[in-house]
Amino acid sequence: MALTGIQIYKLLPQTNCKDCGFPTCLAFAMKLAAKQVELSACPHVSESARAQLAESAAPPVRLVTVRSDSTEIKVGNEVVLFRHEKTFYHRPGLLVRVGDDRTPSALEATVAAADAYRVSYVGMDLGIDGFAVESVTGDPGRFAAAVQTVRRHTRRPLALLAPSAAVLGAGLEMIAANETPLLGVAAADNWQDMADLARKARAPLVVRGHTLSELADLTEKIKAAGVEDMVLDPAARDLAGHLALSTLIRRLALKKTFRPLGYPLIAFADAVDDPAVASMLAAQAILKYAGFVVIDHFAPETIYPLLVLRQNIYTDPQKPIQVQPGLYEINNPKPEDPVLVTTNFSITYFSVANEVEGSGLPAWLVVADAEGMSVLTAWAAGKFDAERIAKDVKRFGVDAKVSRRRLVIPGHVAVLSGELEAELPDWEIRVGPREAVDLPRYMKEALRN
Amino acid sequence: MPVEILKETWTGAVQTVTLGATPAQGGTRGRTVTVGGERSLPFLHFEAPMPHRPVVAVEIKDRRPDDWSPVLLRAWGEVVNDPGAWAQAAAAAGADLILLALSLTDAEGRPTTPAAAVAAVRKVLEACPLPLAVFGPGQAEADNELLVAVAEATKGERLLLGICEDKNYRTIVATALANGHLVNARTPMDVNLAKQLNILITDMGMPLDRIIMDPTTGAVGYGFEYGYSVMERLRLAALQGDRMTQLPMLVTPGFEAWKTKEAKVGNGVPAAWGDWEARGIAWETLTALGLLEAGADILVLRHPESVRRLQRAIADLMTPPSGPLV
Repeated sequence: MALTGIQIYKLLPQTNCKDCGFPTCLAFAMKLAAKQVELSACPHVSESARAQLAESAAPPVRLVTVRSDSTEIKVGNEVVLFRHEKTFYHRPGLLVRVGDDRTPSALEATVAAADAYRVSYVGMDLGIDGFAVESVTGDPGRFAAAVQTVRRHTRRPLALLAPSAAVLGAGLEMIAANETPLLGVAAADNWQDMADLARKARAPLVVRGHTLSELADLTEKIKAAGVEDMVLDPAARDLAGHLALSTLIRRLALKKTFRPLGYPLIAFADAVDDPAVASMLAAQAILKYAGFVVIDHFAPETIYPLLVLRQNIYTDPQKPIQVQPGLYEINNPKPEDPVLVTTNFSITYFSVANEVEGSGLPAWLVVADAEGMSVLTAWAAGKFDAERIAKDVKRFGVDAKVSRRRLVIPGHVAVLSGELEAELPDWEIRVGPREAVDLPRYMKEALRN
Repeated sequence: MPVEILKETWTGAVQTVTLGATPAQGGTRGRTVTVGGERSLPFLHFEAPMPHRPVVAVEIKDRRPDDWSPVLLRAWGEVVNDPGAWAQAAAAAGADLILLALSLTDAEGRPTTPAAAVAAVRKVLEACPLPLAVFGPGQAEADNELLVAVAEATKGERLLLGICEDKNYRTIVATALANGHLVNARTPMDVNLAKQLNILITDMGMPLDRIIMDPTTGAVGYGFEYGYSVMERLRLAALQGDRMTQLPMLVTPGFEAWKTKEAKVGNGVPAAWGDWEARGIAWETLTALGLLEAGADILVLRHPESVRRLQRAIADLMTPPSGPLV
């Protein structure tokens, strides 16, 4: 657990020498507790105090990095159980699992398709992060060949999963020495050899245990064997079990600084009897603390919502994603084209802009400063009222750009039309549809003349 | 190594609420549905058992909807033309209760009359023994006019009446009180607004066991994270003993998901979006699952396949892990 200022103060020399730049040791201790200075600023601190402070400063959930020669996935280092308490920092890596029992051409097809997959969400380009190659056959040659095939078709980071160190080693030889793959799976029966391999490869190791005590025992032994970076697999494959174990692990790490379980989690979203359940397992893993989510069925229609869900959950709740307020031109509008109004919440803006763009119809879009809130939320909070809209219409100089003063407000705030007519007397105020998706039809039909 | 099962000590519990009334209780329902009663965060059985499982309501309309995704209309088929048949199909698809959403107008564009609303509600009540929620078209004045007539015509049924919001709660609460119904208190994604409306409603004399709160939600990609976090905060406040947040929560992931472009539109969308119907169902399902994990007690869904999936998820989540945790 992080030390308080007073606890840190007791470890300092208490001489008030000011060499750190602060007037007293206590003042320095307070700054250290708030993580605003580095301990190295004190030249007189003892070795034992340094060790104790370093231990307490280690993050409760270890930061683990997996990398290829082109990209990396960083997970862990989380500090809260609920995103509203601060934020979730490191989006879980989404890995597509492929087995070495598949033919090379089948492997190739899956990996190439999943690797090339990109989807655009509010201006962001989303995709999967890497692949997990699994030894299903238990044959070192098959595994090595599969790893080689996968590596040929993707440059993303890999997880290599095999039941024994002998098989795993054969696969590991197929990838470049400068990569850091995720290795696994270490369990009660093979952990020594697995730990040995992970230590030599300087790669993080997946550790599987069927109870929390078994997991904690294993991570302690593997740590003693020289492996620092681990990823926990609590082995539950059902929704309730996964939820309970993930919650307990995160609670123990954050509230008790329980080091043996202070590692990121990996969730295997497989459910042999029902692929629909697998997608729900993956969604739960994204919500509930996974560092890696491994999926078996790569299908665009499920990957897309999972990627967006991950984006949503890892958005900083203190900072609504905003776009710059202003006057936006869509499809090269002319002075006689209509003026639409919306808020500067990014999802709202992109929904509206995408629809208008897709319709091919030209329009001016006033993105009002609603402090990054959506239309209804901003309206309820008094950040999107007639006065504000009128102010922004004037501020952005819309008058000078258009010859026909037609302002279309979102249907959800139809109640504002009267006040807006008073605020903007020389404008015609029109009430548009409630949802962006209905804008093209509205523009074609209601705004025709 | 001994590992502690780290339990939180909560002082509060969620109110238990029963929807629907059997003939013995003054209604006509074949069964009732009870939700709430949680003493821990959702599905953490090691902390406290969940006394009642969350339930699935299926949303139906009083007539063939004008603005629903063709995917949904195809999935339900002919029954969308008859609310009674639709309710039966919804029950067969696995609904625990029916939510009848009244349309603003009839098929010819004339405003829905109170008499027509009552007739649609009667049809559903006669065709299907499940408890019923009736929501107005979502415009305060129309909601008042239609729901008062419905409430009076169905006295004693313990219907869940919505949408009861700050603009019209007085009328809806008064008629629910007078006719033995429940209210669905809706606020726009805000913890304090939710509390405030619950206070106003209880101040009118409505007992807590006849209020469901509806914190509003957004689909995945459309504000989901706001609704999710508001629900987590409401449920944490409830468990910490804040009386005016201790109400079961209803959310409408079906409505939210199926109005997104991803679910509604099949043509002219990026290839990366995949199969249209599968995408719409995934959108609804994953939105609903997320809200379930945040504390939803009633999930209102639209697609029959989503109903199947969420019933499966709820059954799985309600089954405590079989092996030892530590």
